[in-house]
Amino acid sequence: MSVPILTASGIAKSFPGVRALDGVDLQLFPGEVHALLGENGAGKSTLIKVLTGIYRRDGGDMRLDGETIDPLSAREAQDLGISTVYQEVNLVPTLTVTENLTLERQPRRFGFIDWGAARRQAEAMLKPLGLDIDVSRPLGSYSIAIQQLVAIARALHGDVKVLILDEPTASLDSKEVGVLFDVLRGLKARGIAIVFVTHFLDQVYAISDRITVLRNGTQVGSHLAADLPRLDLVSLMLGKAAEALPHIARDQKQPAPRVPVLEVKGIGKKHMLDEVDISAAKGEIVGLAGLLGSGRSETVKLIFGAERADKGSLALHGVPVSIRSPRHAIHLGLAFCPEDRKHEGIVGELSVRENIILALQAKRGWRKRIRRAEQIRFADEMILALGIRTPDREKPVGQLSGGNQQKVILARWLITQPQLLLLDEPTRGIDVGAHAEIMRLIRRLCDDGMAMVMVSSELEEITAVADRVVVLRDRRRVAELERSDVSQPAIIKAIAQ
Amino acid sequence: MKFLTLPGRRWLWPSIALVVILLTNLLLSPGFFSVRIVDDHLYGSLIDILHRGTPLAFVALGMAVVIATGGIDLSVGAIIAICGATMAVLLKGAGLSPALVLPIVLLVGLACGLWNGLLVAFLDIQPIVATLILMVAGRGIAQMITDGQIVTFHSDFFSLIGSGFFLGLPVRVLVVIGFAILLALLLRRTALGLFLESVGGNAAASRLAGIEARWIRLAAYAVSGICSALAGIVLTADIKGADANNAGLWLELDAILAVVIGGAALKGGRFALGLTLIGVLVIQSLTTSILVSGLPSQYTLVVKAIVVLAVLFLQSPRLQRLRSK
Repeated sequence: MSVPILTASGIAKSFPGVRALDGVDLQLFPGEVHALLGENGAGKSTLIKVLTGIYRRDGGDMRLDGETIDPLSAREAQDLGISTVYQEVNLVPTLTVTENLTLERQPRRFGFIDWGAARRQAEAMLKPLGLDIDVSRPLGSYSIAIQQLVAIARALHGDVKVLILDEPTASLDSKEVGVLFDVLRGLKARGIAIVFVTHFLDQVYAISDRITVLRNGTQVGSHLAADLPRLDLVSLMLGKAAEALPHIARDQKQPAPRVPVLEVKGIGKKHMLDEVDISAAKGEIVGLAGLLGSGRSETVKLIFGAERADKGSLALHGVPVSIRSPRHAIHLGLAFCPEDRKHEGIVGELSVRENIILALQAKRGWRKRIRRAEQIRFADEMILALGIRTPDREKPVGQLSGGNQQKVILARWLITQPQLLLLDEPTRGIDVGAHAEIMRLIRRLCDDGMAMVMVSSELEEITAVADRVVVLRDRRRVAELERSDVSQPAIIKAIAQ
Repeated sequence: MKFLTLPGRRWLWPSIALVVILLTNLLLSPGFFSVRIVDDHLYGSLIDILHRGTPLAFVALGMAVVIATGGIDLSVGAIIAICGATMAVLLKGAGLSPALVLPIVLLVGLACGLWNGLLVAFLDIQPIVATLILMVAGRGIAQMITDGQIVTFHSDFFSLIGSGFFLGLPVRVLVVIGFAILLALLLRRTALGLFLESVGGNAAASRLAGIEARWIRLAAYAVSGICSALAGIVLTADIKGADANNAGLWLELDAILAVVIGGAALKGGRFALGLTLIGVLVIQSLTTSILVSGLPSQYTLVVKAIVVLAVLFLQSPRLQRLRSK
């Protein structure tokens, strides 16, 4: 193979309290599509931002054509020949295509913008991409796919050596993806190195020449796509458990008869989830596994009514229901701990006590205020039962640690005495000690008869507690594993098949 | 400031500001604190501050509730004008009895509030824009109601509310105190107050916890509409006439300031009606004392702005952090 255009070695970047990148290596060769993969928090975005000058690296070396570079802004990186198209198209939809393409560099005549020349320039920029559209129309009047191509055209202005595409296919349908890939092949032929960030494995193998996988801020592998079977790729992304959690077994003195609580058939919503079947019985923990973007969170959100499903059916205790809103779901005995604790879980300014009673109060209605003495009793009981570490119950929740915030949200739902608890990434951002504690708590709750659906990207977590595992890929269900079959290799195999 | 608990600390700076303003007055005009009894009525600058501060107090209480949800209500002055016009026309033109006029005017205020709430909560229009609509249109509507005239009326009942005395105290001051207590009971003896703070603190999380954030927002603007109606009634009763152009003009800005001086954040969350009333007293005593001090009137707004800035500066989180280091 030829000489690399860009060589990054030992890149390190820290933020207060987090080591986002730790000695990451990346080599880009001319004319290749290089897939950059990893789960949430693996460091993909940070690496891209370091490459494009938005963040300054703390350590390591970056060489472009053999010369050390140290871009301090996106503009500087672009002048060096490193261009980026972000996931959210950062163009202005209300401006015309011409204006978007020539923004900040309009051709001028006598100090005024020469619109005729600008239009010709815009058309010339789109031509190599095979895009023949009316450039005087507002960008927003075109489809997302075309907007994406316009964004790429803009990024290709000047002498581009490296083009970084951050999840360019996230909102495209399969035909549009095909168009985009044709364009990428054209760019490859021009000798441009393309970094392709995505979480669709099919697309990775359809277009990329090489694959680099990040996990928890380190580079765990860089291979030719042809040499890396799907199974190995998924293993790299999810990682092997360094020290597997002990299996927290279900209390199985007498196998109780299976009492179904939740039965979902073909639930889905356009652009969100295709069709997923899932069921959960009394005392059962159902794990929901899959890669980022496979539809895990979407499934539980649709069940809880946080988003309204537009197809499929749902039955609780054998009675079909159509859940209209979270409020409706709560009245039916459901509870939901969302993945994004800070934005969808806690009300940071309110106290531990107020956060704990919030859902129960909402369930009872605004007129029937829970008396203060009762609030205090609930709060103190839960602080004790879940081991919430807080100086007192009146402390604003925003000031507690992540693990304790998660316990407060669990407490909020437990006092509503739900029959079905939906947990989305219950241990994200929680330290190891609190992690095991929360897992044991979850197991105990289910032994008391609650049904639970648990989404997790940590395979160790799922294999440790789940009685059954539903595996999702590309927004549909691809497998279901019974207890005896639940193991990390089995889940990885199901995702990769 | 370790000896104060967190809720206690919130009272500190607004209260100090009030005391400082009042003490400054004592230096400027020694007779400031004297309260005389004339015809069984209490008279003096302090009573005057309470008396004049009443409309602002009503409006600020409603504003505190709206700001708790993370919103803002710019239309309060316009609602005052609409309610004043309705009241005057019903009393003079239609000759209705005050017992009928009072509930009708309150309903008009409620309707204005519900309109704002509908735009904000159900059509997802930004509060500042949504209430701007009524702010702009409201005075026009009020003029249409009065046919562009200043309508005057006579009513013993409303004279009592606007400028009467009971047990030596202005009736309107007693009314606002009574209303504040009622509102506090409504918000704190039910779960409404908690829901307002929860929606203002984190609307997405509140929705997932089962709170109907839209209805809570609607209720907040409805409360603000009723508060403005009450302010309109007091102002109109005081001058025994409706002035569609000037009634409650710029009162929304003083109300927002009063809430902010009371320590509330415009992004929503915690609110305290008591602190809001302290904020009202700060603004009103400032206004009154500038008048009493004999400072040329063109200085009024500038001095007011400087004092408000000073209070906000003392409360700013950044300064608090510096001090706690």
